[in-house]
Amino acid sequence: MNIDSIKNGIVIDHIKAKNGLEIFNALKLGELDCSVAIITNAKSKKMGRKDIIKIDKSIDLDLDILGYIDEDITINIIKDDIRVDKYHVEAPKEIVNIIKCKNPRCITSSEQELDQIFVLTDKENKKYRCKYCETLYNQN
Amino acid sequence: MRHLIDIKDLSIQEIDELIKVANDIIAHPDKYSEKCHNKKLATLFFEPSTRTRLSFEAAMMELGGNVIGFSSASSSSTAKGESVSDTIRTVGCYSDIIAMRHPKEGAPLVASIKSTVPIINAGDGGHNHPTQTLTDLLTIYREKQRLDNLTIGLCGDLKFGRTVHSLVTAMSQYKNIKFVLISPEELKIPEYLKEGVLEKNNIEYIQTDSIEDSIAKLDILYMTRVQRERFFNEEDYLRLKDYYILDKEKLKNAKDDLCIMHPLPRVNEISTEVDDDPRAAYFRQVRYGKYIRMALILKLLEIE
Ligand SMILES: [Zn+2]
Repeated sequence: MNIDSIKNGIVIDHIKAKNGLEIFNALKLGELDCSVAIITNAKSKKMGRKDIIKIDKSIDLDLDILGYIDEDITINIIKDDIRVDKYHVEAPKEIVNIIKCKNPRCITSSEQELDQIFVLTDKENKKYRCKYCETLYNQN
Repeated sequence: MRHLIDIKDLSIQEIDELIKVANDIIAHPDKYSEKCHNKKLATLFFEPSTRTRLSFEAAMMELGGNVIGFSSASSSSTAKGESVSDTIRTVGCYSDIIAMRHPKEGAPLVASIKSTVPIINAGDGGHNHPTQTLTDLLTIYREKQRLDNLTIGLCGDLKFGRTVHSLVTAMSQYKNIKFVLISPEELKIPEYLKEGVLEKNNIEYIQTDSIEDSIAKLDILYMTRVQRERFFNEEDYLRLKDYYILDKEKLKNAKDDLCIMHPLPRVNEISTEVDDDPRAAYFRQVRYGKYIRMALILKLLEIE
């Protein structure tokens, strides 16, 4: 499969193999009214195997979160069968309601309607801290 | 409108200004006795802390203001499941400024987002306690007449002690500060403070587990309590709680103008025989806590 197969839309490429579904969910692509394809385990010269997501519509999507999940992901914008833009997403300064604070003493543990907000406190090492209790988020 | 949630909310200039006002209050208390006439401070203590609450209440009263509030969660609407935001918005209708203590970390920040009046964080779990830090800074200034060119010994629980962490962060902004970090191996200062504050600001420090070896060079000795609630097992707590006991014998080689501080309450870490030593500043420190809170209330209420 290749990216020419959609006329207008967004192709999210170079996703680590098996991570496609996580990104599909994080971007809430299931709520869109257009067709969306997840290709998993596609062959890649660079990566061996990779996942790809194709969104068959030119829409304005907030893709910031991809910078948090994986900065190597490539975004391709397709217009009239031509790739008009290609870029990577930088780690966002703030991420909202994607990851959860694990500190049992954090106010978010007792007030669950609060937004889960994490702030980028160390850009070099991509470290995020809970906005409320400042606990470092540990991806493992 | 300003809040005080984290000591980092204040610039070094603002801290110096607060110290200046506190000094003026100490020198001329009469000038300030009606400054908060008709103003109300609400002390919302979702977890009890009598000494912090009394300090805030005494501060407001000495400014001629009034005090309302509660002293534990069981007597507040939280017991009925009300959110912090709702409690704060309600109390904001009755008061001009709020001092809040809460067992959950980040609760005062949540409160400040929706509040219509200034919020002062009076302690949120093991996280922040900025008025304790201001108290410590005023104490150092009053006792040493300066906040720079000091060798500061921090002794006891440097791992979990939040007052120590905030003090290290705050003092690292002043010129020619050296730290002597005295703790047992298990209670050493966290790496993120060593890297993120001390090394980042090129601050000279040494780590040791002996008070005796280092006491002669100290200008300040800040003692802390080892807190039971920070330990997972009782055995470790019992082993470490009396690791340091400051007594006359240990003070033998100390400077004549050493300043001994402690955030109180103390348990055993300072022997009562030290209390009458003129270098023991910890009860004066309590008094300074009231004056710096007075200065803070005036600043947040924007009263000149
Ligand atoms: Zn948190």
